Amino acid sequence: MGLFDVEFWKKLEPSKEKKLAHGVYDGIFTFLFKPNEVNHSGGHIKGPMDLKRLMIHVVLAMQLCYVIGAYNIGYQHFLAIGEHTGLLEAVHLKLAMGLMQLLPIFVVANAVGLGIEFYFAAQKGHPIEEGYLVTGALIPLIMPPDIPLWMLAVSVIFAVMLGKEAFGGTGMNVVNIALLARAFIFFAYPTEISGDGPWITAVDVENGVADYSWTHTMFNGLFESLGWATFEQGTPLIKDFSGATALVYAKNGGWEAVTEHFSAWQLFMGGVPGSIGETSKLAILVGIVILLALGIASWRIMLSMAIGIALTGMLFNAWDFNAYMSVPWYNHFLMGGALFALAFMATDPVTACSTNRGKWIYGFFIGFFGLVIRVMNPAYAEGWMLAILLMNVFAPTIDFYVVDANISKRLKRAKAK
Amino acid sequence: MSLTLTTGLIIAIAFVLLFLAVLTTLSDGLVKMAAKQNGQDPDSFGVLPNDVPSLMKMRKGRPNHVPKDANFVALKRGFNIRLLGEAKEVLDTEIPTVQSSTYAIKPKDFIGMMPIPKVVVGEGDNIKAGDVLFYDKQRPEIKYAAPVSGEMLRIQRGEKRSINEVVILADKEMEYRQYDLPDLNTVSYEQLSAFLLESGAWPFIRQRPFDTVAEHTMPPKAIFVTTFDTAPLAPSFDLTVKGREAEFQKGLDVLTKLTAGKVHVSVNANEPKTSTAFTNATGVSKHWIKGAHPAGNVGIQIHHIDPVNTGDVVWHLDVHGVLVLGTLFTKGIFDTRRVVALTGSEIDEPRLVYAHQGICIENFVANIPTKEEVIHTNKEGEAVKTIRRAVRLVSGDPLTGTQIDEKGYLGFFDDQLTTIAEGDYYELFGWLVPQTGHPTIKKSFPAGLVKDVYYKADTQQNGEYRAFVVSGEYEQVLPMDLYPQHLMKAIKANDYEKMEGLGILELGEEDIALCEYVCTSKQPLQKILRDGLDMIREQG
Repeated sequence: MGLFDVEFWKKLEPSKEKKLAHGVYDGIFTFLFKPNEVNHSGGHIKGPMDLKRLMIHVVLAMQLCYVIGAYNIGYQHFLAIGEHTGLLEAVHLKLAMGLMQLLPIFVVANAVGLGIEFYFAAQKGHPIEEGYLVTGALIPLIMPPDIPLWMLAVSVIFAVMLGKEAFGGTGMNVVNIALLARAFIFFAYPTEISGDGPWITAVDVENGVADYSWTHTMFNGLFESLGWATFEQGTPLIKDFSGATALVYAKNGGWEAVTEHFSAWQLFMGGVPGSIGETSKLAILVGIVILLALGIASWRIMLSMAIGIALTGMLFNAWDFNAYMSVPWYNHFLMGGALFALAFMATDPVTACSTNRGKWIYGFFIGFFGLVIRVMNPAYAEGWMLAILLMNVFAPTIDFYVVDANISKRLKRAKAK
Repeated sequence: MSLTLTTGLIIAIAFVLLFLAVLTTLSDGLVKMAAKQNGQDPDSFGVLPNDVPSLMKMRKGRPNHVPKDANFVALKRGFNIRLLGEAKEVLDTEIPTVQSSTYAIKPKDFIGMMPIPKVVVGEGDNIKAGDVLFYDKQRPEIKYAAPVSGEMLRIQRGEKRSINEVVILADKEMEYRQYDLPDLNTVSYEQLSAFLLESGAWPFIRQRPFDTVAEHTMPPKAIFVTTFDTAPLAPSFDLTVKGREAEFQKGLDVLTKLTAGKVHVSVNANEPKTSTAFTNATGVSKHWIKGAHPAGNVGIQIHHIDPVNTGDVVWHLDVHGVLVLGTLFTKGIFDTRRVVALTGSEIDEPRLVYAHQGICIENFVANIPTKEEVIHTNKEGEAVKTIRRAVRLVSGDPLTGTQIDEKGYLGFFDDQLTTIAEGDYYELFGWLVPQTGHPTIKKSFPAGLVKDVYYKADTQQNGEYRAFVVSGEYEQVLPMDLYPQHLMKAIKANDYEKMEGLGILELGEEDIALCEYVCTSKQPLQKILRDGLDMIREQG
């Protein structure tokens, strides 16, 4: 008897007529135990890989992004008020702050998304699928740290309902769910979500002071008793505070303006303002290594997208019309969400091209369009969300032509004899 | 003039490279001179590759035992599933001949046959090996023959009176039907095909598309014979053909009379030594094929040698079929004797035996506890006894075989009995930290990284059925220029034009079986493919 005993769980099984209860039970049961299903038609043996394992490895690959992202939330805050500015000063405050910011975002994104998923699975009478595992892990990483939770919830509802369930669930969606949620926020609440505001948490920009909520100050007692530094309400911001990201500086003054504020090393390690998961290029590179070594994400998409960014960047360098265009092409990888999009967003197997040749084209054009939007469009600071959503829509068309080429090759062969 | 560090480094690297080039060229020349002095061919010695083409060939991996001017196909994609319970390789003289009291031919082994064929012998009739047992009412010219002599025992019927088995009680001493053999030198296509149809040897010839028994009214553009089987635990054809090389050659001679095109024989390039019956076959076009499973599948070979287009028909046989034809024309008897492998981790001693087609497996599996009684408590807390199947018995290989019961018979084309443990167990966090090992190419498992480990097979589905999510994984194991996932989607959408365009006519279930094995979404690809082929066949 115990939590890990099959017999124990079998006794708890609700009747199949209670759709929602049985659906939830089935979801939990198959999470705990690999079901005892045997092969009935076709092959008598089957390989060990299943969708749950595939998905969990993608989630594992982004764990370092979570760790560094959470720490960076706190780090950016203390940079803004000019205290504990050393990287490893007051680690406890930065961690507590990052976690208290990230945890609600993660909980809301997953609770709302999984709730919808469970409901639709029960209504349609099919098992709960694991697709949301990755989406739910991706959404917090692409959100600004200071996002209001209700906005997050609304965006997740929109994305999962319209992007996924309307198309038939896991494997059927046309566009990337996580990016759809981001796009919804981006267009629905443009003032709250872009510009210089949302990247630094717990500051009252109007009055120029730090503004902690109870989620932070509740730690004060603990830290005080240990003799550590505490959150101090009302600390003034530093004089020339600006929450701007590297992209904003680059738009106004090119790479020189960026390096006035951040070093290349800082950009690489992740000590800059930005969405939670995108800032640390190191963490993303670790994720890329995991994904490629385990053969989970497509190296073709990653490579061709990198080539797309590089070539477009070189093109802009040659054009050299304004300061942004003259940013050396390799530095585009260090700014914004380019690398995160390359690792986790473009490689989503459902919404990407499904033919190997198509993947090359798909990745390249994401790289191209993303950089064009980033550099040439004054309205949007970053281009990857729009570029990937655009190519998601075109992926079936690319596949169609690749597959059609195979068909006409076969027809030509038939006629040739 | 000042030299910067960078230019200095570049010059240094260039010097090192130049030095290495001089050194290798020099040593290459010295080795060649030494070879010449010792009366050897200098071309086969050296440090550098002789020329660019040979360098290319090295990349293509042509092994030394493949003759230089031979047709060679290297297949990169594929996967050998390593399972425990392979039959031990022995000398042909050590293989025992086994018999069973009953033998059976199963009409359901033939794709597209009507469920109730016309059985022409009555219960109790005496029959000889080669006597006609039944024919399909739709194609009455094709006769299906008894593999052994004896007494017609019974017709085993299944659902809706369809015939499952036609069972023969075998004689101790085999008696053979007498044939009036046509002269191979003067025989026409019509005479030869008429003789073969009547002889009972015709069903060994199958056709692509559809994998049905060949249609005699449509002579093929080519005939393919595969002489090796790369399926998991499959026996080597080298032993079957041992001592029967002349019959094999005769069988190929018969085939050349059946087509205006070529007879293609594929030879296993993975093994340094293959039977001379295959490597020295004459009058046919030989192709050395190198690669992991499914390289031995005739469908893959056809795709690379002379692909099937819409409107084309090719025929194919395995070595057993060629031997039946050859024995018929050399000795005048219908002899289906073959090497059968008894394999799988559940059988006491995996081994090879000589047996005739359709042998009963009763004696082979007598010691295997295929069923067991299990006691578990139900919701009310009472103990309930149920019978659980512990071992699955499969006629054929584990990827494409047919499940049979303890008193079942091996299939018409099968030369393998596979025993697999049933996998109806739950595994705690089995998807996250698997405690059972399975062969795989996926690198997130230790098994995907360590190649030469053999695993005990079980019938676990290893996950739940899902929609197509992952792309590109079928292509990894299918060495064909084809998009399997798009083809499957076209079949599910009943899109006939696209199905044919994407090459459904080139495929059989065995070709796609490995894709089904690696499928993350556990899609039943073999069944989907057969549904698609049936749809096209019924359309005409």
